[in-house]
Amino acid sequence: MQAAEKLVFKTPDVIIDRPTHYCPGCQHGTAHRIVGEVIDELGLADKTIAVASIGCSVFLYNYLNVDAVEAPHGRAPAVATGVKRARPDRTVFTYQGDGDLASIGMAEIMHAANRGERITVIFVNNTVYGMTGGQMAPTTMIGQATTTCPGGRCAEREGLPIKMAEIIGMLGGVVFCERVAVNSVKNIARAKKAVRKAFECQEQGLGFSFVEFLATCPTNWKMSPVDANKRIADELIPYFPLGTIVDRTGGGEDK
Amino acid sequence: MAPERVFIKGNEAIAQGALDAGCRCFFGYPITPQNDIPEFLSKALPEAGGEFVQAESEVAAANMLLGAAATGVRCMTSSSSPGMSLKQEAISYMAGSELPAVVVNMNRGGPGLGDIGPAQGDYYQSTRGGGHGDYRLLVLAPATCQEAYDLVIEAFALAFRYRNPVLILGDAILGQMKEPIARRESVTYDDASGGWHLDGNAGRDKRLIKSLFLDEGALAGQNRHLMAKYAAMRAETRWEAFQTEDAELVVCAYGSIGRIAKSTVRKLRARGLKVGLLRPITLYPFPDAPLLALAGQGKRFLTIEHNCGQMVDDVRLAIRTKADSDFFGVMPGELPNPDDLEGPILKSLEG
Repeated sequence: MQAAEKLVFKTPDVIIDRPTHYCPGCQHGTAHRIVGEVIDELGLADKTIAVASIGCSVFLYNYLNVDAVEAPHGRAPAVATGVKRARPDRTVFTYQGDGDLASIGMAEIMHAANRGERITVIFVNNTVYGMTGGQMAPTTMIGQATTTCPGGRCAEREGLPIKMAEIIGMLGGVVFCERVAVNSVKNIARAKKAVRKAFECQEQGLGFSFVEFLATCPTNWKMSPVDANKRIADELIPYFPLGTIVDRTGGGEDK
Repeated sequence: MAPERVFIKGNEAIAQGALDAGCRCFFGYPITPQNDIPEFLSKALPEAGGEFVQAESEVAAANMLLGAAATGVRCMTSSSSPGMSLKQEAISYMAGSELPAVVVNMNRGGPGLGDIGPAQGDYYQSTRGGGHGDYRLLVLAPATCQEAYDLVIEAFALAFRYRNPVLILGDAILGQMKEPIARRESVTYDDASGGWHLDGNAGRDKRLIKSLFLDEGALAGQNRHLMAKYAAMRAETRWEAFQTEDAELVVCAYGSIGRIAKSTVRKLRARGLKVGLLRPITLYPFPDAPLLALAGQGKRFLTIEHNCGQMVDDVRLAIRTKADSDFFGVMPGELPNPDDLEGPILKSLEG
């Protein structure tokens, strides 16, 4: 190697080098990478057990070089509870989309959080069911057209988009809860900091940690990646505000 | 030293058997008539260094079981009929992912909310997989508290031998009946040598436990693999044959009803009538071969169940080339005693 060459950008060791199956502009890859970087930096790769969910995110296990188990739709927090109770010395995290976590899996996420299971939940909210072809999710924005609300989501008919991070933050077993986005370099840096803190909570045995990612789905939003990224800032962040919702890592009161 | 004898309910015998078999994790949800199982283990399991979780639902409990099973520990869940319907999702995933665990169903009356009394209406659900897809569970049907204790211990060994969920199918009679049982002093096992469970990939390649097979030919291959495994399970077929040798009529009944029918058979034998009992202990695999052998000897058959006629299908399939079976069903919601079965047996005996 030439002395002048300086490596400034490297794929995390735990990320498997393979072509992505995600659509152009999809931010699952960014979220995967952030999780991978944190696992590497905290030295957790050989003690981590990932719990994959149903939807586009099921293929998380194809990109991360860690042991993994596939959970039925919405049940990842229950599966992770079983894994963690059986192996409390291992790092256990779920990676779930908004249909999985905020609709069919609402009971499992609420109770795992409330019990304060020593697990980390990475929640990717792109306001739509991605893999099944763009149906309405509990997080779909008012007016957003999907294949099952073609005229746009209507508050009177379908209710308002669910703010999961705020709901989770209310539960007693939660030690750390933050909403992040990956639409800018600044936000990516913040997201990584939050994910790092979430995994640190688990390593310190403090309790349940939760990070909600706002993410794009250009294919089902029927937008270019650039426009989809712009929608995060213009539409999503005003309704789903970014920031720390709960931080009890100091052992004290809520932030 | 003689093994310890304890006087306990069938539900407690199942919980004690799990504990003595080395069960480390139990995930439950309240439902009558199986509540003694989680209640017993909520105290005993943490004292033994294990984990007890009362889940938010049967759905969650079964999925917690899936997670614990993926790490290769001995784990169990229990429920009763309506709760079993909710557990089927995870059980199908566990069968597809080849995960070992023990599931207990203390059958109550159905359909719907039914009642909280004994019944055998879950025979189809138990022996046909129960959830979506082509899969089978090993199904063990104890008739006494001692057999329940012994079969739970056996169930853990079978679950790991075949990497498959094993179902203990009891009912409210078995669960609530109190009998003396002899405990085993110690159960030794080595489950860790399989090389498939998840514990972090230190020093080895990562492992993946899943039931999704999208690559061309992959799911067909997985189904062929599973079918071959289920065929191999035939080696585990168990049954009790009681006075069948010279019997003209063989009564086929399982679980608590098998035990009640045995009393009736004993009583009729005392009157010189040539009746016998074949009690399947494994409902899957079903004891086809002994039934067919008895049919080959020219015997007649009567299947008695605490339902509207489910296992009788399997009896008829087993003997179809040689004989047929009559059926007598005790309705869910009714509690039979040995005298109630006398009339139907005499009717079939007379032909």
